[in-house]
Amino acid sequence: MEELLKTPLYEKQKALNSKNVGFCGWDMPIQYDGIIAEHGYCRNDVALFDTSHMGEFFFKGDIEKSAINAAVSIDIEILPVGKCKYGFLLNDEGGVIDDLIVYKLQTDELMIVVNASRAAIDFKTLSSRIKVGTLNDRSLEFAKLDVQGPNSKETLQKYFDINLDELKFFSFVQTKIFGNDCLLSRTGYTGEMGFELYIDAQTSNKIWDALIADGVKPAGLGARDALRLEMGYSLYGNDLTEDITPLEANLGMFVNLKRDYVGREALSKQKEEGLNRILIPFKTTSRRSARKDFEVYQDDKKIGFVTSAAFSPVLNVGIGLAMIDIDEFNEETTFELKDKRGSIEANKATLPFIEKK
Amino acid sequence: MIKYNEEHEWVTVEGEVALVGISNYAINQLGDITFLELPELDSEIDSGESVAFIESVKAASDIYAPVSGLVTEINEDLLDAPELLNKDAESIWIFKVKLNNVDELDSLLDGDSYAKYVNTL
Repeated sequence: MEELLKTPLYEKQKALNSKNVGFCGWDMPIQYDGIIAEHGYCRNDVALFDTSHMGEFFFKGDIEKSAINAAVSIDIEILPVGKCKYGFLLNDEGGVIDDLIVYKLQTDELMIVVNASRAAIDFKTLSSRIKVGTLNDRSLEFAKLDVQGPNSKETLQKYFDINLDELKFFSFVQTKIFGNDCLLSRTGYTGEMGFELYIDAQTSNKIWDALIADGVKPAGLGARDALRLEMGYSLYGNDLTEDITPLEANLGMFVNLKRDYVGREALSKQKEEGLNRILIPFKTTSRRSARKDFEVYQDDKKIGFVTSAAFSPVLNVGIGLAMIDIDEFNEETTFELKDKRGSIEANKATLPFIEKK
Repeated sequence: MIKYNEEHEWVTVEGEVALVGISNYAINQLGDITFLELPELDSEIDSGESVAFIESVKAASDIYAPVSGLVTEINEDLLDAPELLNKDAESIWIFKVKLNNVDELDSLLDGDSYAKYVNTL
């Protein structure tokens, strides 16, 4: 097996008793104090996540001539400089190769943030679809820290010259921290007020030490998963795959079918013919949580499978997403989530599971 | 004296009755406990049999009977607050078993052997 990559913060996290797991080829902290405690730091105060495993590509060139606008579902041409947008890299069948965020750095310059597990295929696919311009994979040069929670703005303000109140949701600035370059983005994966900092490895160590000294608690991937699922945010590899389209993933609001890009025709056709299956949110009726790949049964008939599931510390029940056959599903009644160990009762819920702040 | 099986259950004996719980090592591996299913009261259980299960924010795991006998008590306080196990799982019994065969205890690991065993995992 290939050796796992380590982020620049690996040693500092080990010193804080991180428990690590292999995740998308990286040796990442799944928790420090405990998933429920860390979830609480983020929901109620502020938490620090190392997400340096994420991939960063940089494009430079004429956006229009490059045809990059037809490579992804995001309309990059109309995206203003200083804004970023969520969308998809699709295959011809409308399946999701990856979900990604495009940052408009300049009129002819982009940063594209992708999932670690998909970086290689993303780079290959994007390179093959771009006609002119240069695309560089600079993932290993970049560290990334997410500072998330209701007190994140107050925590970070003293490190920046700019007024963080002026940074709107899905906006970013290219600024400085400790005298070094920092792309500061008002985004996150938790549903809380929060920021993502793209910096070099050395700077990430300085920020980590400073924030920990300020009393900010580190949080791992376990808390991150519960936080994102409470908001209903998709996780690639679970809720999105090459076999699942954005329409099936109930993410139609993120795809504009009036514009042309790879996969769009398949999506339009799917919309016209109607969906056979769709991702629905569910809540269990107990503290029990299902797991990925549990089977969904209603009236003794298998109608789908679980794509993501977790215990929600806020709701005190199990929550998750399941891909279900639309024709077979009666959303008015209870269903069962099953594995070899038994059956967990659940009902359809609405997203987000918890109120967005 | 506390003894353990390789599935991470612990046993202490008071007369003919064994108190059964889950080792601190196992709870530490599972992380925050969210749900516990208890064995059925007054049921006969066999050593090695899956009799209950436990769920955490990370995983679900079966609880195996470390001894054979009759389940005489179950710790119902844990149903509403399974997270108590995260504090010190080896001070909280989960169920009690009236032993069929005291000799079964000889096949379990003592504290030192169990510590050595978990070091190999």
